[in-house]
Amino acid sequence: MASEKVQTITDANFDTTINGGKPVLVDFWAEWCGPCKRLAPTVDELATDYDGKVVVGKLNVDDNPNTAFKFSIRGIPTLLLFKGGQVVEQVVGLADKDSLKKVIDKHVA
Amino acid sequence: MRNVIIIGSGPAGLTAALYSARANLKPLVIEGLEAGGQLMLTTLVENFPGHRDGIMGPELMAEMRAQAEHFGAEIIRGHVTSVDLLARPYTVKTSEAEYQCRTLIVATGASARLLGLPSERALLGHGVSTCATCDGYFFRGKPIAVVGGGDSAMEEAVFLTRFASHVTVVHRRDTLRASKIMQDKALANEKISFEWNADVEEIRDTGKGEVTSMVLRNNRTNELKEIPVDGVFVAIGHTPNTKLFQGQIDMDPNGYVVTHAGTRTSMPGVFACGDVQDHVYRQAITAAGSGCMAAIDAEKYLEGLPQHLGEAQVTA
Repeated sequence: MASEKVQTITDANFDTTINGGKPVLVDFWAEWCGPCKRLAPTVDELATDYDGKVVVGKLNVDDNPNTAFKFSIRGIPTLLLFKGGQVVEQVVGLADKDSLKKVIDKHVA
Repeated sequence: MRNVIIIGSGPAGLTAALYSARANLKPLVIEGLEAGGQLMLTTLVENFPGHRDGIMGPELMAEMRAQAEHFGAEIIRGHVTSVDLLARPYTVKTSEAEYQCRTLIVATGASARLLGLPSERALLGHGVSTCATCDGYFFRGKPIAVVGGGDSAMEEAVFLTRFASHVTVVHRRDTLRASKIMQDKALANEKISFEWNADVEEIRDTGKGEVTSMVLRNNRTNELKEIPVDGVFVAIGHTPNTKLFQGQIDMDPNGYVVTHAGTRTSMPGVFACGDVQDHVYRQAITAAGSGCMAAIDAEKYLEGLPQHLGEAQVTA
């Protein structure tokens, strides 16, 4: 179960979300991806930890292929961190919370 | 203070958990980043005894986990960041907590190895993958390559023909290492072709940020060849996850934990099971078997510990 702090990002709301002012962490995932499920609780925790500072959202690549295609996502889970609408970090595959926090903290004062 | 901490939750770790739970040792399993281990990334497992029609890898792991929990094993999410085996009791740290234990069972397994090319690293997640079941979906109707000649490579190649228009298996030798049954499956598949004696020189196109082709070097003739592919799946084997234990228990030159007399490591009270100490068999069933052995070895060791003494005085 995704935490309520985690937004659902779609092809339709993607642009407005990443240009919303705050940094945005996007988790590209799919139902059939085991490692994505493994990463999900960590993403939930990050949404709570960075509440108010970073927008955390999940994008289902099955339902929203255009955005995944636009960023040449060919493997999931992939996390992209956007700042000012631009990709500033990417993490491919599983990662633990501490290393993800280090990545995010580089861009969040 | 725990009697037993088990690091890892693949077939080895969960079988160790099952046996030590049934021995009333109340084991704590720290499942790790790749919880469930390599079987979580496979599809149908046809060689685990007791499942005549096969069982899906993730389902088998869910069963093992539920069985261990049923008998009282405590399994927690978490990733071990350091261990101290030089002082008793042993200390195991995760990013959230710190635990102490009388015995430690190392079941950290092995993780997929990459070729080590800069272009491969740059394109990881953009066409380069180590997980066919995760990423095959992105290559519907596209030509792709699988690098490797073992069972995993053949399984991935066959699996990927569901999506890909064509699968080229790139292997650096002229014969496959895979078992006969897996070789036959791959060789009989019309969508699979082979590039023999081929080393991967480069994966293109890092400029574009996606895979467009790969450059192969024939290691007999040195001839270069570029083949157009949209994806490259690397299945060239595994590296044991032993960084945590460096300098604390003996390892072989390839980083595998050295075990003796069953699952004993060079440190009394520390046992190792599964792929972290096995570069020969590497099967779910052998991992499970050695997990059972580790639990029994740990139990025996605990029985020999003088309970009334302080841990610091215990020498084994």
